[in-house]
Formats: sequence, C-alpha cells, structure tokens
Amino acid sequence: MAAITVPGLRVSNASQRKAIVKSIAYHAPTLILSLLMIYPILWMFASSFKVPAEIWKDVSSLIPKQPTLDNYFKGWAGFGGVRFDTFYINSFIYAGGATLFQVISSAITAFGFARIRFFGRNFWFTCMLLTLMLPVQVLIIPQYIMFKQLGWINTYLPLLVPRLCGSAFFIFMIMQFIRGLPKELDEAARIDGCGTIGIFFRIILPLIQPAMITAAIFTFYWTWEDFMGPLLYLSNPKMYTLSLALRGFADPGTGTDWGAIFAMASLSLVPVFAIFVFFQRYLVQGISTTGLTGG
Amino acid sequence: MAQRRFALSRRQLSTHLSGYLFIAPWLIGFFVFTLIPILASFFLAFTQYDTLSAPVWVGTENFERMLQDPRYWASVKATLYYVMAAIPLRLVFALAVAMLLNSDRRGVGNYRAMFYAPSIVGGSVAVAVMWQQVFGTEGLVNYCLAVVGIPRVIWLGNPNTAIWTLITLAAWQFGSPMLIFLAGLRQIPASLYEAAAIDGAGALSKFFKITLPMLSPVLFFNLVLQTINGFIAFTQALIVTNNGRPLDTTLLYVLYVYQRAFQNLQMGYGAAMAWVLLIVIAMVTWLLFKSSSSWVFYESKEGE
Repeated sequence: MAAITVPGLRVSNASQRKAIVKSIAYHAPTLILSLLMIYPILWMFASSFKVPAEIWKDVSSLIPKQPTLDNYFKGWAGFGGVRFDTFYINSFIYAGGATLFQVISSAITAFGFARIRFFGRNFWFTCMLLTLMLPVQVLIIPQYIMFKQLGWINTYLPLLVPRLCGSAFFIFMIMQFIRGLPKELDEAARIDGCGTIGIFFRIILPLIQPAMITAAIFTFYWTWEDFMGPLLYLSNPKMYTLSLALRGFADPGTGTDWGAIFAMASLSLVPVFAIFVFFQRYLVQGISTTGLTGG
Repeated sequence: MAQRRFALSRRQLSTHLSGYLFIAPWLIGFFVFTLIPILASFFLAFTQYDTLSAPVWVGTENFERMLQDPRYWASVKATLYYVMAAIPLRLVFALAVAMLLNSDRRGVGNYRAMFYAPSIVGGSVAVAVMWQQVFGTEGLVNYCLAVVGIPRVIWLGNPNTAIWTLITLAAWQFGSPMLIFLAGLRQIPASLYEAAAIDGAGALSKFFKITLPMLSPVLFFNLVLQTINGFIAFTQALIVTNNGRPLDTTLLYVLYVYQRAFQNLQMGYGAAMAWVLLIVIAMVTWLLFKSSSSWVFYESKEGE
C-alpha cells in the first residue's frame, strides 16, 4: 500500500508516507463497514427501480439494468381503492399534529417545572420521572377501552389528543436546557414589569428553540414510523397511515408485487432522510446530551 | 401589617397558581392517560372483559391461566432470548463503532451519519418489510451466502433461525447508544491515556483499565434504556416474522398481549399479562441499578 504513488504528490519522507498508510488503514475498513450498514437500505431503494423479473435474479446489485419508474406508478395506485397520496397525507396529519402538540405542551410544562417554585413541585416532578420509566405498551389496553367508550375509535383523536399533554421525556430534556439559561434573565425581565407568562413567551421560548427542534425531530420520527397506535385505532383504509398501508400492501394474502412495495417503502422513508440530512446536528446533540444528562 | 402579609401571600398564591397553570398540560395527561388507565388495568387484570359486555370479576384466574398457557411461555422464552441476544450485541456494536469514530480525522462525520442512518428508519414498517425480504428464501442474505458456496437457509421458516432475523434487525440499529458512547468517549481526558502510554500500557489494557471504567456510567445508562426497549419490541415480530411464526418462536411478549387483547378480545387476560411485564421490567431495572454499585465507576467517588 505504501507504494502507491499519486502523480503530483511526491511522498518524500518516511513519516509522511507512514501517515498516509495509517490514514488508508483507517478509512478503508471504516468506509467499507459503513457502506455495509446502509447497504440494505440502498438495496431496497435500487430494487424499487428494477423491473420485477430482475429484483430476485440479480439480487445484490445496486444498479438496475433497465431502470424503470413502473413500480412507483403501480405502488402509487395503492390498494382497496385508496391511492398512496392519501396514506401520505394521513401520515403527515398524524406526525405533524402530534409533533406540534407535543413540543408546545412539553415546553410549557418544562418551563413550569424549571422556573416556578410552586407548592408540590418536587412531588409532581418525581411522578413525572417515574412515568419516564413506564413502558407505554402497558397502558394500551385501558387507554383503548377509554377511547372506545368515548367513541373515538376510527378517528385521529386517540392518536393526537394525548399529545396535548406533552411527553415526560421531552419535558425533562427541555427542562435541562432551561436550567442552563441564566436566572438573571428572568429577574431582569421581572424588574422591567414582565409577568411569568411574559417571561416564558418573550425570554425563554426564543432561547429554547434548539431543544424544541430536537424534540420536534424525534417526535416526528417516532410518530411517522408509529405502527401500534394506528393499528389499534384506525380500521378504515381511507384513514390508514403509511405504516398501516405498507403492511396491508405487503400482506402475504394480497399477492406480492415487491417492486411496488419497495417503491412505496422507499418513498415513505424520504421525509425521514430529508430531515436527517438537514437537521443532523440537532439529532446528534439531542441524543448525546439527553443521554448523558438522563444517566 | 396584616394587609402587607395578605398582599405577600396573594403574590405567593399567584406563583403557585401560575406553576400549576404551566404544568397543567402534563398534569392533566398524567391523570387521564397514565394514572387512571394504569389503575383501571390493574382492576381489569382480575376480570374477564370482551369490551362488549361488562367486565366479570374472576379473581386470580388470569394469572393462573398464564402459568398453564403454553403460548404464554413460548412468548416469555422468545422475549428473553431476544433481549439477551439483541441488547448485548447492539451495545457491543455501538461501543466498537463509537471507538472507531472517536477520531479527529476528516470524514468521520459522514461515517457517523452512515452508521446512524439504519437507526432512524429501523423501527418503521418499511424497513421491517424490507428485512423480511433480505432474509427471504431468495433474499439478499441467501444470495450472498450462495456466492460463498453456502446452501440456502430458510431463515424465516426455521424455528431455530427465525428469531435471529429479529435479533440482527435490532443489533443493526445501534445508532443511539453509539452516539451516547461517542459523547462519553469524548469526555475521557486524553491525559489518562498519555499517562498510561508512558507507563507502557498496551491498547488492550488501556481499554479495560481506562476506557471501560470511565465509560461505565454511560454503559449503564445504555444498558437500562436498551433492555427496557428490548422487552417492549412489537412491530418487528408482527411484520418480519408474520405474527411470531414459526411455532411461536418469535412471539414477542407485547405481540402476544396484542393478540390476546385485541384479536381475541380478552382484555382482562391481556391486562394481566401487561402487568406482569411491568413488574418484570421494574425488577430487571432494579436489579441493574443494584448491580451498578459494583461495576459502575463514578468519578466523584474517587475523592472520598
């Protein structure tokens, strides 16, 4: 490897050469490994452009021999008389609404816990930390019964209304962020005649935006890919989200046009990757910091 | 004087009120969507309830039934197997890759993104559907094995291999613990490694004597979080292995709760199972916390 000579780049001394060898020894395996990690996703994406006969013939290839958009047209036609754009819009309603509700209510609650000394604060805060450990799967049965009695089955209400109450995880995360802001800000605003509500809206809210963006990204991701919620509460195909639609699509009973399924599955991942590309910084920060403060 | 005290307490009262005003969203949710449901589910666990007629009190019958239900034990076995294989694998990958990426070289940010990418989509139905095909009889894995000359394996149809499709899917999504490890690695002072190097320590002893102890609080956090997550896996078993097939070898616990409660409308039995899961998760978490004093190293203790 050390013998590689790049024209125009004369590697004259030994230490420089050694550095290049070390660099290659690092980058080559890391690159191969990281490509291997995303290979299945690339494979699905590539398969969505292959003609049906090719998908299972030249399985591992990432380059379609006869690239085609047929799969996308077939997939977009949907199933059960419902086109795929309906599922797409439904997913956006669910994920968008849930994100908006959850982030705002979490920020409001986080401010209350972090900045106001009120009677019983520590007690309620402990209760909140306990719910942090509670797996929501334990609550699905009684919640389902409750929503059924309210007549909310087959509406988005069971999926969206609880989001108005925030999430312990994000309340905690935003709280940690607020605690990092100097208290002098609040005091100065109070001297200028700002009330508690004013302090929240004018001082704190603009400053906690990074934490809110992180919370928004994660809420969006988790609701976008949520399967159990829609599975329990939505039975009308017109209301299906992408998760339910893809499952209905890939059901062994309904015949299997894998090209079309891969096409729609790839499309369903587009918003997720788009957010990832644009907001990676917030994602990484969010995981690293909440992980450490929570531990 | 009396008036002043009154004025003060009024201000205090308004502080208390504004506190409750701000936490109201969460507080209402806590009662309506958490506390009341969990109490209701405790009551339901001792009843038979099909959502159509009123719940019937049956005492501890649901719990006795669990003991004799072979499918229940299949689900317990599958879940324990899944958790004990997938979580250590995920954490080992996460730590190994985090150490690989704990470098100032150019391009590390891109690698980090590529290693993390599977985790942001891994829980989705889209990836579950894909995974089923990756491990299909004519899928990607068998195709690659054929290249090396290994005969086809019917991954999803074989009771011994089916669960491994779920385990590999879980291990593949090591992104979050990886980022947390990475943040932890960055906190370890370089001076420790330099001092060890002067003392002639090798890479292995540096890892076991510096990296691992310094990282143990982060490792502990990841272990608790991922173990809880492992116990509540659901989507994968419903889609990749098509409702826990074959022979219930991949019937993860929450999937079985779902089948009983929502497909067979046995809400009482489902609630009883969910409560057992809650208690088991609480116990496992407690055990992990208890064990932590013997292996988790907190820096502040050093000074004592």
